Amino acid sequence: MSVLAHVFEAAGIATVVLSSIRAMAEKVAPPRALHCEFPLGRPLGRPGDAAFQHDVLATAFALLDAPSGPVLTDYPEVIEAGGDEPVACALPPRFDPSLPPAVDEARGLRKAYDRALARRGVTSVGRVISADEVPNALAVLDAIAKGADWTEAGIPGGNTTAVCHDIRTYYEEAALELVDGPTPGGRAIEDWYFERTEAGATVLAARAAIREAGAKFPIWFYMTPGQR
Amino acid sequence: MNGDQAMRLHAASLPAPEFTERSWVTPRPLAEATVAIVTSAALHTPEDEAFGAGDTGFRFIASDRRDLVLGHWSPNFDRVGVAADLNVVYPIDRLEELAERGVIGRVAARHVSFAGNQPDDLATVRLDTGPAAAAALRADGVDVVLLTPV
Repeated sequence: MSVLAHVFEAAGIATVVLSSIRAMAEKVAPPRALHCEFPLGRPLGRPGDAAFQHDVLATAFALLDAPSGPVLTDYPEVIEAGGDEPVACALPPRFDPSLPPAVDEARGLRKAYDRALARRGVTSVGRVISADEVPNALAVLDAIAKGADWTEAGIPGGNTTAVCHDIRTYYEEAALELVDGPTPGGRAIEDWYFERTEAGATVLAARAAIREAGAKFPIWFYMTPGQR
Repeated sequence: MNGDQAMRLHAASLPAPEFTERSWVTPRPLAEATVAIVTSAALHTPEDEAFGAGDTGFRFIASDRRDLVLGHWSPNFDRVGVAADLNVVYPIDRLEELAERGVIGRVAARHVSFAGNQPDDLATVRLDTGPAAAAALRADGVDVVLLTPV
């Protein structure tokens, strides 16, 4: 973003960056930056809080009054991403014990996912698989976790990063329909997914198996957030 | 260490491009300015071409669209916030409200989306796609751009 600010400014457009990584804003020094120590992925800070978002925008646009730059200031409020408990989100009961737990679980979440899709009118599932294909993708990852050769297991779309994106997004969009109250804090649903769900455990186990099988770094690493 | 702390620590260790020639634009008063959003969240409309991994291109987003797909390839940030409220990444409704109040002149007819996970040297974005996007918004009469990172 800071790089693009220089590019747009050179084209004659005044720019204001909402910085999320202060060290990078310091190094690249865009003309005007408001550093916002908010959860990564939430540059306006609080979903569903229009007043807060307006305050961030007002603070950012005030930098346009500076006579010269670069200008880098900090938004006065910090929102921490960590420290929350994994969100309390009901998971479906075991329905078909003949299936791997993650497959059964994903099927059970389908109605919640469909409600999310109906409410939003759009989904970010679909990079390589549709929602219909999520249970099968989990079955493939479950087989890999249990020892199947990942190169022959038939990973849907042939891309580990993309299929894991679709599975996780299916769960996250469904989870938003299952939690009460305001949108959970940054990382709270990620923690729920990786620490509470069968799907998250399956992805982590498949990732470990692919890594131990000697796959190249990008093939297994980006299946989950780096710190996992 | 949580994921955000790990990512911020990692990013601080990365090399950053230097700009020896720095431009500075004094904008027209905000109340008269046309404002656009440029995001690196890889948002796009469902019918648009999806972003590939390491995609250095950009997509336009018409100002009236809210049905946007998150096309970012990094697993290292929160994606739930934008699923719950698009404005937490792409504050299009907030800009519309600011225009109605007369705080900004108008909202641009279209906005720009890049993917934040880029090759380290950023050469294509600096020299090719970034200038192309900027020239398009300039031709649209955009005076001010708000950049929102993911």
